[in-house]
Amino acid sequence: MSRARVWVAGRYAPSVCVLLIVLAGLAPVPEYWITLANYIGLYSLVALGLVLLTGVAGMTSFGQAAFVGLGAYASAVLTTQYAASPWVGLLAALALTLVAAAALGAITMRLSGHYLPLGTIAWGLSLYFLFGNLELLKKFDGITGIPAIKLLGFDLNSGRHIYLLIWFTVGLAVLALLNLLDSRTGRAIRALKGGLLMAESFGVHTARTKLLAFVLAALLAGLSGWLYAHLQRAVNPTPFGLSAGIGYLFMAVVGGAGQVWGALIGAALMTVLSDWLQGVLPALLGQSGNFEVIVSGSLLILLLQRAPGGVWPMLVSGVQRLRPKSTGTLPTPVGLRTPALASALPRRQQPTAGSTLLQVQAVRKTFGGLVAVNDVSFALAAGEILGLIGPNGAGKSTLFNLVSGVLPLTAGRVHFMGQRVDGKPSRWLAGAGLARTFQHVRLLPSMSVIENVALGAHLRGHCGPLASVLRSNRREEASLLAEAGRQLARVGLGDYALREAGSLALGQQRILEIARALACDPALLLLDEPAAGLRHQEKQALAAVLRQLRSEGVSVLLVEHDMDFVMGLVDRLVVMDFGTRIAEGVPQEVRRNPAVLEAYLGGVD
Amino acid sequence: MDFSIALILAQDGMTTGAVYALLSVALVLVFAVTRVIYIPQGEMVAYGALTIASLQSGKLPATAWLLLALGMVVFAMDGWRHLRHAANRGSLSRSALAHLVWPLLMLGLLHVLPSPSLLGQIALTLGVVAPLAPLIYRLAYEPLADASVLVLLIVSVAVHFVLLGLGLVMFGAEGVRSQAFSELRLHVGPLTLTGQGLSVIASALLIMACLSLFFGYSVAGKALRATAINRLGARLMGIPVAHSGRLAFLLAGLIGAFSGVLIGPVTTLYYDSGFLIGLKGFVGAIIGGLVSYSVAAGGALLVGLIEAYASFSASAYKEVLVFTLIVPVLAWRSLTSHGQLEDDE
Repeated sequence: MSRARVWVAGRYAPSVCVLLIVLAGLAPVPEYWITLANYIGLYSLVALGLVLLTGVAGMTSFGQAAFVGLGAYASAVLTTQYAASPWVGLLAALALTLVAAAALGAITMRLSGHYLPLGTIAWGLSLYFLFGNLELLKKFDGITGIPAIKLLGFDLNSGRHIYLLIWFTVGLAVLALLNLLDSRTGRAIRALKGGLLMAESFGVHTARTKLLAFVLAALLAGLSGWLYAHLQRAVNPTPFGLSAGIGYLFMAVVGGAGQVWGALIGAALMTVLSDWLQGVLPALLGQSGNFEVIVSGSLLILLLQRAPGGVWPMLVSGVQRLRPKSTGTLPTPVGLRTPALASALPRRQQPTAGSTLLQVQAVRKTFGGLVAVNDVSFALAAGEILGLIGPNGAGKSTLFNLVSGVLPLTAGRVHFMGQRVDGKPSRWLAGAGLARTFQHVRLLPSMSVIENVALGAHLRGHCGPLASVLRSNRREEASLLAEAGRQLARVGLGDYALREAGSLALGQQRILEIARALACDPALLLLDEPAAGLRHQEKQALAAVLRQLRSEGVSVLLVEHDMDFVMGLVDRLVVMDFGTRIAEGVPQEVRRNPAVLEAYLGGVD
Repeated sequence: MDFSIALILAQDGMTTGAVYALLSVALVLVFAVTRVIYIPQGEMVAYGALTIASLQSGKLPATAWLLLALGMVVFAMDGWRHLRHAANRGSLSRSALAHLVWPLLMLGLLHVLPSPSLLGQIALTLGVVAPLAPLIYRLAYEPLADASVLVLLIVSVAVHFVLLGLGLVMFGAEGVRSQAFSELRLHVGPLTLTGQGLSVIASALLIMACLSLFFGYSVAGKALRATAINRLGARLMGIPVAHSGRLAFLLAGLIGAFSGVLIGPVTTLYYDSGFLIGLKGFVGAIIGGLVSYSVAAGGALLVGLIEAYASFSASAYKEVLVFTLIVPVLAWRSLTSHGQLEDDE
C-alpha cells in the first residue's frame, strides 16, 4: 500500500468504522460476537469517562464501577418495583449518579496526588457493600425481571436489538468528549494537569473544574449502568465491585489514558483478551485456578514497563511513520477552522497612563524567624516598566508571590487600581487584570501553542460544558482562538501556532508565557525572572518583545536578577537586598548607587 | 451492649487493630522509600497465614516453589545483565545466593523437617514468604522506579491480581485457620484475656520496638530514612537507592508474613482475604498521611476497634462503616492542606 493511500485510509477510517459497526448489527453476525461487542460498548462508556478524569484531568478513580452500579440499580428498582418506563429509569439513573458524584466529588476531588485514588477505593468498596446489604436492592441476590427498553415501538429485548442503541450511545459519548476537549471548558480541564496554580492564575476555578470532570465521568458510568441493567435484565452487586472499578481503569490505561480513541481500544483489547484467556487457559492448564488474572495482570505489568503511554499512542506513532510527510503539527482546534465567526473580544478599560496602578505599602513576610521581605514599599504607574532587581536571595521572588496572591502577607497592603488586593486568591487577581508568567515555565507541553495562549483568555469567554458538548459555542471559540492568534503574532510566535508547546526552546516557551498572559487583556503584566536560564540570543529576542510591549504602553513589573538585561529595558528600578529595599530610581542613578554596587559586587572594606 | 461485651469487643478490636497497625507501618515504609502504594501487602498476609497452615497440616507449602520460580527468573535477569554489561562477579554470586541457594535451602529444610515446632513453623514461613516481596519489587517495580505514583499504583493493582490468582492455584479455595499459639485464658474481673490475643498484641509491640531501633540506630535503617526523605540527596550521599527499595520490600514482606502468622489463628483466612485486611491497614496508613508511623499505627488500631464494635451492632454494614470512615478523614486531611496550590508530586 502506498503512503498516500495510507493517508487517505486514515482520513476516512472513522466513517468506515461507523459503517462497519452499523452493518455488523444488521448482518447475521454470530450472537457471540454481538454479545462481546455489547460489552465492549458498555465498558467503553466507562473508560471514556476515565479518559477525561484520569488521562486528561490527572485524577485517578478506582470507583467508577460503583457509579455503573448506581445507574443500574436506580433504573432496576424503578422499573421492577414501581413499574416505571426504562426511560424514566434513565433519568433517575443519571440524576442519582449526578447527586452521588457531586457529593462524593465535593469531598474527594480536593485531595491531591495519591490520596485521591485511595479515597475512591474506599467509597467504591462502601457502595459495593451497600448494594449487597440493602433490602431494597434484594441484597446479594440482586434484582431480576427488569423490562427491556422500548424504542420507536421496538422491544430491545435481545442483545442484537440493544446493540445499535449501545453503540449509538458510545458514538455520541465520543463526539461529546471530543467537542468538550476542544473548547474553553476543555482547556480548563486540561490545564488541571499543568498544576493548579497555573490554572488558577488564569482564572480557572480548579475545584469546580475538577468536580465537573468527575461528575461527567460518573454520568458516563451511570449511563453504562442503565444500559447494562436493561441488557442483562437483572442486576446483582458483583459487577459493581472494586475489581470491576480497577478493570475500567486498566482499560483506560492500556488504551492510553488521555486518548479518547484509546478508551475504545483499551475496552476492546481487555474484553477480547480476558474472554480469550478464559477460553484458552483452562484447556491448557486445567480448571483448578483463576489463571486469567495471573496472565492478564502480568501482561499489564509488562505493557506498563515497555509502553507506559498505552496502546493508542503506539498505534498513532506507527501510522505517522507511514504518512507522506509528518509536519509535527497538532490538529487544528475547531475555533481556528471557522475564522469568519470570530469577533473582537471586549477589552478592559485600561487605566490612564501615569496614574498609580500598583501600590505596595510596607509589605512584610516572615517565615518563622526569617524576615524574607522587610517592609518594602514602591509604586508602579500605568504605562511604566518597573524592574524589581536584587542579587540571589534578596527576596524578589517572595515579594512577587505576595503581589501575585500566591503567599499571604504577614503585614502591609497591596493596592491594585485603587482596590486592596492582598489576601485575594490568584483567580480573583486574574479577573482584576493582573496576569503573570512563571519563573519555571508552566505550559501544557502536549497541547498546541495556540491553545496554551487561548487558556490565558479563559476569563474572556463564558460558554460552559453544555455549550461545548453541543458546539453552540462556535462564535466564542472562534473569537478566543483569534485573540490567541493575535497575541501569538504580537510576540512573534505566529508560525508556531499548531506546534506542541513542549517542542519549543526554553526562550520561546518564556515568550509563549508572555503571549498567554497578554491574552488575559491585563492591566499589569507580572514577569517572574523571564531571562533566567536563557542563552544570550534568547535574551535579546525576549528584550525585543518587551521593548515592543513598552512602546505599546503595556505596564510591566519585571522581577529579574540580571542587571544588564533590565538596564536598557525598564523606566525605573527598585533594588532589594536581604529582604529590604535599598535603592529606587532610574537605571543610570541606580547603577551608580554605592549600596547597589555593594550588594552586587561586594563591599570594599 | 453491656460493659463486659464492650470489653470483649475492645479486646477483639485491639487484636485485629494491632495487626492492621503492623501492616500500616509496612505500607508507610514502602511508600516513603519507593513511592509504591503497596496494595499486594494483603496477599503477603494471606500467603503467610496459608503457608503456616499448610505446614501444620503436614503439607509442603506451594509458596516455596513460587519462591524458587521467582528467584530463578530474577537470577536469569541478573545473569543476562552480567553477560551484556559485564558487572562484577561478586554481584552475580550474591544474586545466586539470594535467588537460587536460599529458595533451595528453604525447600530442603521443608523436606527434612516434616513437622517442626511452632517456632520452627514461624521461622520457615517467614523464610519462604518474606523474600517474595523483594523479588516482586525486582520484577514489577524496579524497572519503573522513576515512573509516576499513578503508574506504580496501577502496577500494584496488577501485581495484586497476579498474586491473587497464584494464591488460588497454590492453596485452593478452602479457608483455613491455623493453630492457636496458646490456649491460655486469664480471668481478670469481668474480662477473659485470651493468650492468643495477648501474644498478637505483644508481638506487634515487639516488632514496632525493633523497627524503631532499626530506624534509629542502624546504618541500614538510617539509609532507608534518608532515601525516604530525599531520593536524590541520598543517592548523592552514596546510598544505593535501589537497594533501599529492596530492603524496604523485604521488611514489608517480613511484617506481612508475620501479620499473617499472627492473624491466622484469630480468623478464618481464604486465598483472597488479604486484600481487605491490607486495605484496612491502608485506612490506618492514610490517617497517618502515609508519612507518620505512629499516627498510622494509631489509626489502624482505631480501625480495628471500629470494626469490632460495628460487627457486633451492625455486622452487615461492617465494611461499609470501616471504609466510610476514611471519607471524613480524607476531608479533614484536605481541609488541613487547604490553600496549598502547589502539587506535591
